[in-house]
Amino acid sequence: MTTLDERPGTGGAEATAPGPDQPPARTEVSFDTSPDRYKHWKLSVDGEVATLTLDVAEDGGIVPGYELKMNSYDLGVDIELHDAVQRIRFEHPEAKALVITSAKDRMFCAGANIKMLAASPHSWKVNFCKFTNETRNGIEDASAHSGLTSIAAVNGTAAGGGYELALACDQIVLIDDNSSAVSLPEVPLLGVLPGTGGLTRVVDKRGVRRDLADVFSTTSEGIRGERAVQWRLVDGIAKARDFPEEIARRAAEAAATSSRPGAGAQGVPLTPLTREVDGDTTRYEHVRVVLDRDSGTATITVLGPTAVPSSIEELHEQGDSAWLLAATRQLDDVILRLRTNELSVGTWLLRTEGDVGTVAAYDEFLLAHRDDWLVNETIGFYKRAVKRLDTTSRSLFALIEPGSCFAGLLAEIAFAADRSFMLEGQFEEDDDPKPAAVLRLDEFNTGLLPMSNDLTRLQVRFLGSAEELAAAEAAVGRDLLAADALELGLVTSAPDDIDWDDEIRLVVEERKSFSPDALTGMEANLRFAGQETPETKVFGRLTAWQNWIFQRPNAAGPEGALRRYGTGQRADYDRKRV
Amino acid sequence: MTTTESTPQSGTVTGDAPTPTGPTSKIDYSEKIPNNVNLAGDRKLQRALEGWQPKFIDWWKNLGPSIPTHDVYLRTATAVGRDGWAHFDRVPMEDYRWGIFLAEQDPDRKVNFGDKLGEPAWQEVPGEHRSDLRRLIVVQGDTEPASVEQQRHLGMTAPSLYDMRNLFQVNVEEGRHLWAMVYLLHAYFGKDGREEAEQLLKRNSGDFDSPRILGAFNEETTDWLSFFMFTYFTDRDGKYQLGTLKESGFDPLARTCEFMLKEEAHHMFVGTTGVQRTVQRTAELMKEHGTDDIWQYGGIPLSVIQKYLNFQFSVSMDLFGSETSSNAAAYYTAGLKGRWMETRRKDDHQLHGLTMDVPIIENGRMSTKTVPMLTALNLDLRNEYAADCENGVKRWNQELEDAGLEERLFLPHQGFNRKVGTFAGHHVSPSGEILDDAAWEKNVGDWLPTPDDRAQVAELMVPHYDTGDFAGWIAPPSVGINSMPVEYDYVRF
Repeated sequence: MTTLDERPGTGGAEATAPGPDQPPARTEVSFDTSPDRYKHWKLSVDGEVATLTLDVAEDGGIVPGYELKMNSYDLGVDIELHDAVQRIRFEHPEAKALVITSAKDRMFCAGANIKMLAASPHSWKVNFCKFTNETRNGIEDASAHSGLTSIAAVNGTAAGGGYELALACDQIVLIDDNSSAVSLPEVPLLGVLPGTGGLTRVVDKRGVRRDLADVFSTTSEGIRGERAVQWRLVDGIAKARDFPEEIARRAAEAAATSSRPGAGAQGVPLTPLTREVDGDTTRYEHVRVVLDRDSGTATITVLGPTAVPSSIEELHEQGDSAWLLAATRQLDDVILRLRTNELSVGTWLLRTEGDVGTVAAYDEFLLAHRDDWLVNETIGFYKRAVKRLDTTSRSLFALIEPGSCFAGLLAEIAFAADRSFMLEGQFEEDDDPKPAAVLRLDEFNTGLLPMSNDLTRLQVRFLGSAEELAAAEAAVGRDLLAADALELGLVTSAPDDIDWDDEIRLVVEERKSFSPDALTGMEANLRFAGQETPETKVFGRLTAWQNWIFQRPNAAGPEGALRRYGTGQRADYDRKRV
Repeated sequence: MTTTESTPQSGTVTGDAPTPTGPTSKIDYSEKIPNNVNLAGDRKLQRALEGWQPKFIDWWKNLGPSIPTHDVYLRTATAVGRDGWAHFDRVPMEDYRWGIFLAEQDPDRKVNFGDKLGEPAWQEVPGEHRSDLRRLIVVQGDTEPASVEQQRHLGMTAPSLYDMRNLFQVNVEEGRHLWAMVYLLHAYFGKDGREEAEQLLKRNSGDFDSPRILGAFNEETTDWLSFFMFTYFTDRDGKYQLGTLKESGFDPLARTCEFMLKEEAHHMFVGTTGVQRTVQRTAELMKEHGTDDIWQYGGIPLSVIQKYLNFQFSVSMDLFGSETSSNAAAYYTAGLKGRWMETRRKDDHQLHGLTMDVPIIENGRMSTKTVPMLTALNLDLRNEYAADCENGVKRWNQELEDAGLEERLFLPHQGFNRKVGTFAGHHVSPSGEILDDAAWEKNVGDWLPTPDDRAQVAELMVPHYDTGDFAGWIAPPSVGINSMPVEYDYVRF
C-alpha cells in the first residue's frame, strides 16, 4: 500500500497534518457517502457491466496535510470504494461484471499516500489498513458469493496499493505501452510491506513463483508487458488501442456466466442512515450504542425483528428498511465508527433485544428464500459485518440476558465475542421480570456465516473436540437455557442475578487494567483457531509484520525510509536483523 | 485476663480485650449469625452462606476439637460496639454463633499508600485487582482453620479447664476469622469467591493430597508447649499480616481485619501467658532443686523451652516470605497491602526512590545488600514482628530473674533454621554463626526439639479436668477469665 507520490520536504504543510506522535485533530470520521457525493470515484453501470473509475481529487484528503497526487489514496478514497461496491451489490443487481479503472493519464493508482502514512499516528495507519483490507476482501467476496466478476483495467502504472487493488480483482489487464508497470515498491523504496494483501495474493492467489515474487517485490520499477503475464502478475496485456475492447470482451464473457439476476432485477436503493446522537448514546432504528468512557466500554445492542415478511415480494418492497439489511448496515456503521473514532473505548459489550421466536422465524424465512438475490446479498453483508467483529481490536463480551434474542444469525454475535455471559434465571428484582434468556442455534450457525478461515464460529470454538461440536450442532432448534448453553460450552459463564452485575463489572475493570496492545495481540491469536486462508494470512501474518515494521525506526524513525522518502536522502538503516 | 500487649511502634499498651470503639448501635441480632453486614437484607450473602454454612459445621464436627464437651465458657462477638464485642456465656460448642463483623466504616477513609494514595478507599473490588485481592484473602483465610485442625486433639491433654477453655476460645475465633474471610469472598468475589470459600474447607492441615497453603500450618502441634509457642509466634505472624491488610485500600478488607485484630489479641495473650506460666513453673523447680534437669520433677527444662522457641520463631519467620519480593512491592503500589502502622509512618507512603538494606550471606559471611524499599516490604514487616517477639521474651525472662536465676531465654538469629528467603540453604546457629553441614548436624539437637524432647514433653501432657486443678509443669494463672475465679468450671462435660 504505497504511492510514488512525491513527498514534499518537511515543514510547511506538515504543521497541519497529524504527526506520528500526536493524534490527528479530533475529526470524527464518517462512513456516510453516496455516488453523488463521491470526490474520487465515478460509478457507472452500462447494461451488465459496472465500472468504477478512480479519479482522486488531490485536495480531497480526509484530513488536511497532504495532497493525494497521482491517484494515491487515503481512508476517504477507500470509504467511497467500499460504498460503491456495496451499492453495486444492492442497487445494481443487473450488473454482472465490475471493471475498476483509472481516469488519470498513464497512472492507474499509486497506492496509499506516503505523506499521509508518514504523518499518521500508528493507530490511524493500522485502522486504515484494516479497512482497506476488508474492502478488498469485499471485492473478492462479491465475486465468490454474488457472481460479480471484477476486472482491473490497469490503464497506467499500478504501484504498491494500486497493484494490490488490482490483485483483489479476478482478472488484471495491464496496458502494454512499454512504460506502465505493476509493482510492489514498498520494500526497496519505503522500508515497509505491501500490506493490503499484496505479498499474500501474489503467491497465494495468483500463484507467482516465490523466487520471482521475491524479485518482483524488490524491484521498485516493477514488471511490465509480456513478462508480467509470464510471471502471472497479470492475466493479460493490451495495447492502448485494443485496451477498451479487451476489457469489454472480458467483462461480457464474465457476465455471461454470472449468477447475478441481471436485467429486469429491481435494485434496492441504500438510503442514508439515520443516527440519533444524544451525548454518548447513539440510536439507530435497530441498533443502540451507549458509551461509558469511564469504564471504557461501548454497549452495542442489536434489536431483533418485530415481524417476518410474509413473502419474498414483501421483503423486496421493504427495500433497505427490511430488518436484516437495515440492522446490518447500522451494525456495520457502528463497528466502523467506533473502531475509527473511539480508540479508548477498549471493551465492547454486545447485546441483543427482541423476541427469540421472531428471530428464528426470520431466519427460517431467509433460509427458505436463499436463492433470491436480495436475500443472498443481505446474508452475505451480515456475514461480512460479523467478520468485522472478528478482526476488531477491541475486547468483545457478549451479554445474554432476559429479553435478548441471540438466535441463529444473531447468536453469531455472541460466538464472535471473546467471552460470553448468560444470565442464569431472571433478574428477580425487576418489577416485571422477563423470562430467562435462551440461546437458539439454527442453520446460520452451522455453515452460512463462516469466519475468514472458512470455518464456522462453532467449528473454531470446538476445534479441540469433535464430540463437543457435534453436541452443539445437535442442539439446533432447541431453546437453550443458561445451564444448557454452559454445559454445551456455548457460553463462558452463567452467573445468576445476584452475581451478574459484579461479574460484569469486575471483568470489565480487569480488562481495562491490561495492556491494550497485549489484549489486541492475544485476542487476535485466540479468535482464529484452525486452518489458514489467504484472508487470515492477510489479517494475521501480513498485518502483524506490517504493524511491527511500522513501529520500527527503519521505517518510521527520523532516518527511516518512510520518513525520508521523497526528501532526496536515503534511509539510514540499522543493519541488524531482528 | 490481665495481660498486656504492646506494639513496637506506638509503645501503647492494649489490654487483652481492646476497648471497643464506635457507636453501640447497628446491631443485627440475627439469631443464628450475629453480624453487622445487613445479612438479613443481602440476598447474595444469604445464598452464599446457605451453601457454605452446613459445610463449615461439618468441617467443625470432623476437624474441630475432638474431645466431647457439654459447654464451654466462651466469649462471642455479637456486635462491634462496646456492649456486644465481648459477650461471655456458657455455650455448647456446636451452638457457637460464628458471626460476621467489620469494624465501623469511616466514610471519609482514603487509600493511604501506593499509586492511588489519597483516592477514596474502594467499597467494591476494583476489577484490575480482583485476582490479587482474592489471593491475599484466600492465603490469609487458609491459615485460620488450619490451626484449628492442628490443635484438634489438644483438649485431650489439657493442663487445666482454664487452659482448655482458652484453647477452645482460640479455636472458635479462628473459626470466626475463617468466616470473616469467607464473608469477603462471598460478598465481593462472586462465583469464584464461593468456590474459593469451599476450598478453604477442603484443604486440611498436614493432608498429603490437599495441604494448607503455608508450610507452618502443616506442622503438627504436638503438645501444649508447642501450642503456646504457636499462639505466641505463629498467631503473631497472623496479627502482623492482618495489620498490613487493615491498611488496605479495599475498605471491607481493612475493616474486617481491624476487627479480627481485636480477637487476635486474645490469642497473643494465650501464648504469652502460657509460655510465661510454663517458665514460671520451670524457674520454681530449678530454684527448688538447683538443676536444669527437672524432668524428674515433672517440669520442662529451660533448654527444651528454648528449643521449642527456636523452632516456632524460625518457622514463623518463614511465613513472611522472601526478604525481597516484587509481589509485595506490587501489592503495596496497588494499594492492596500496606505496612504495619502505615498511617503513622513519616514518609510519602509511595516509597519511590527509597532503599533498604536487606541481609544476605556473601562469601560465607553475613552482609547486607541495598535494594529498593518497595521490594523489601516483607523484611520491613518481619523486622516489626521480630521486635515485637522480643517483648514476650523479656516478660518470660522476668520470671527467671524474679526466681534469682542466671539463665535467660532469647530469640535465635534471624537466619537460624530458615527455609525461605536469603538464609535458606545456609546453616546459621542461634547466635548467628554460619556453619557447615557437619557443625550443624553436630549441634542441631541442642537447638531444635529432638524426637526425644517431644516425647518427654508429651509424657507430661496428662489431662487435668478437675475444677482448679493444674498440671505440674505449668503454673496457674493469677486471675481467671472475665473476672471469674481461676477455680471455675470453664468447661463442662
